Amino acid sequence: MSTENTETMELTETIKEKIDTWVAKFPVGKQRSAIIGSLHAVQEHNQGYLTPELMDAVADYLDLPCIYVYEVATFYSMFQTEPVGYNEIAICTNISCMLSGSDEIVHHVEDRLNIKLGETTKDGKIFLKKEEECLAACTGAPMMMVNHQYIENLNIEKVNEILDKLGQQK
Amino acid sequence: MMHENSICFSNINQPESWKIENYMASGGYLQWKKILQGQPGDKARQKIVEIIKTSGLRGRGGAGFPTGLKWSFMPKTTEQKYLVCNSDESEPGTCHDREILKLNPHAVIEGMAIAGFAMDATVGYNYVRGEFIKDCYPIVEFALQEAYTHNLLGKNILGSGVNFDLYNFLGAGAYICGEETGLLESLEGKQGKPRFKPPFPAKFGVYGMPTTVNNTQTLASVPKIIEQGTEWYKSMGTDKSPGTNIFSVTGHVNKPGNYELPLGIPFADLLERAGGMLDNKKLKAVIPGGLSTKVLPGDVIADCTMDYESLASAGSALGTGAVVVIAEGTCMVELLKRSSRFYYVENCGQCTPCREGTGWLYRLLQKITQGKGQESDLTLLVDVANRIEGNTICAFGDAAAWPVQSFIEHYYSEFEYMINNHGKSIAA
Repeated sequence: MSTENTETMELTETIKEKIDTWVAKFPVGKQRSAIIGSLHAVQEHNQGYLTPELMDAVADYLDLPCIYVYEVATFYSMFQTEPVGYNEIAICTNISCMLSGSDEIVHHVEDRLNIKLGETTKDGKIFLKKEEECLAACTGAPMMMVNHQYIENLNIEKVNEILDKLGQQK
Repeated sequence: MMHENSICFSNINQPESWKIENYMASGGYLQWKKILQGQPGDKARQKIVEIIKTSGLRGRGGAGFPTGLKWSFMPKTTEQKYLVCNSDESEPGTCHDREILKLNPHAVIEGMAIAGFAMDATVGYNYVRGEFIKDCYPIVEFALQEAYTHNLLGKNILGSGVNFDLYNFLGAGAYICGEETGLLESLEGKQGKPRFKPPFPAKFGVYGMPTTVNNTQTLASVPKIIEQGTEWYKSMGTDKSPGTNIFSVTGHVNKPGNYELPLGIPFADLLERAGGMLDNKKLKAVIPGGLSTKVLPGDVIADCTMDYESLASAGSALGTGAVVVIAEGTCMVELLKRSSRFYYVENCGQCTPCREGTGWLYRLLQKITQGKGQESDLTLLVDVANRIEGNTICAFGDAAAWPVQSFIEHYYSEFEYMINNHGKSIAA
């Protein structure tokens, strides 16, 4: 079901295959359960964020009302509904990381990238996610995720190395 | 001798412990095969439920509900029933399920297969936290494929007539989905807003069908308990807290880590395992069971043993076993502000006391740390917390209230000092 007066975007075969894998996990008629998995797939293939057109295409492919997809996309923190930088950094600042110096890491990254939490660098390379949840790697605090890879026991040197590498990417 | 790493972590020091051949080499899947090759009927199901009941295993997700009893709530009807593993680990300070999923995923799979059989649930879902998408989710997926390849899952498993299909599910970042009915909503592809109980999931679970939700550590404990027997399991721990628990010890300690140890271990011993206090600082406070449990001052926890009853009588809870150690010199006002921000941002927005109240709590604490606080704000903070507690659909509201109540109860003078000194911390 697409939004009125707009033609529904066609999902690529790769994404359709991924969505099919999710749909197959649930009973017939319960394809709504596949929305989260579908959005992960779509977002990954769209440089880390969702567009209304992509969400509509997912709804259309799953034969569900668009609102079901919008509800999910706006509820879960891993889904971005605005354009963001290609690489995502999420620094954990919850209790254990805070006690182990995560605020210092956040300040350092903000200063080096010249952006605040929740913003993307001007060159569009790095999105500094405002992470509120504990990322469940507390014994390796402080830690952060870079494109969902867990990097633990951070210190300023380690952070610098990572930022250098991301900066060199084209 | 102290039993260490005897249940979920029993094989994690072996190389590539996540691979099926290594799990099998240390006796893995033997219990599942025994069940399948015995007479897998109602008697066998009952026997397993009895074993788990007798073992005294309690849910490790935080609530500590007796697992065997929970299993016995499932109706004995022939309708489709489901088993769901809660691997949405996100209670702040907790990180042992991630380690189980990474290092011993087959214990979770075998535990799920056995639990599914015991409750006649022929379909299982392992709800894995979204953020684990590139971290341990690939390992969990790999392990699941291995189990299918070895014909340990699926239809008519090893010719036994028993069916159990298991699927991995991936969340997308929402603390509330760790709440079991929020999780079920999420599994149905909706926003993770918890449901009213009753009806409980055993009656009305995923897709409205009977469902049991157990935590990762709980399910991963099942094969070992069956293998070694309930007497062995109960020889560890205390009367009311039998067996072992994985303690995630973090914060101001020299060796943060996940320690699988018998319940009832004195706090002092656990702290010693974790290398003692960082920089030899004095212990100030401990949050003993994840951020949602009440903080205990150092001198109170010093006399506690790490089990359900001791921590409850001290005024807190074992929770998820996430032991957050806080040294002298830490500002408790700043710590509570961080805690309150978390509950403010992560609340699902469904119940008014929680949705509005968590914002009040966070803003009042901001006001105090900005040096604009008044003495009356402390009364107001506790008042707001009290009005959230017990007045919401799920326990999230209580979890948001307890840190506020306990921090102010034990560290009132620090809040007072900051208010009287324009935001200056007594700890700084």
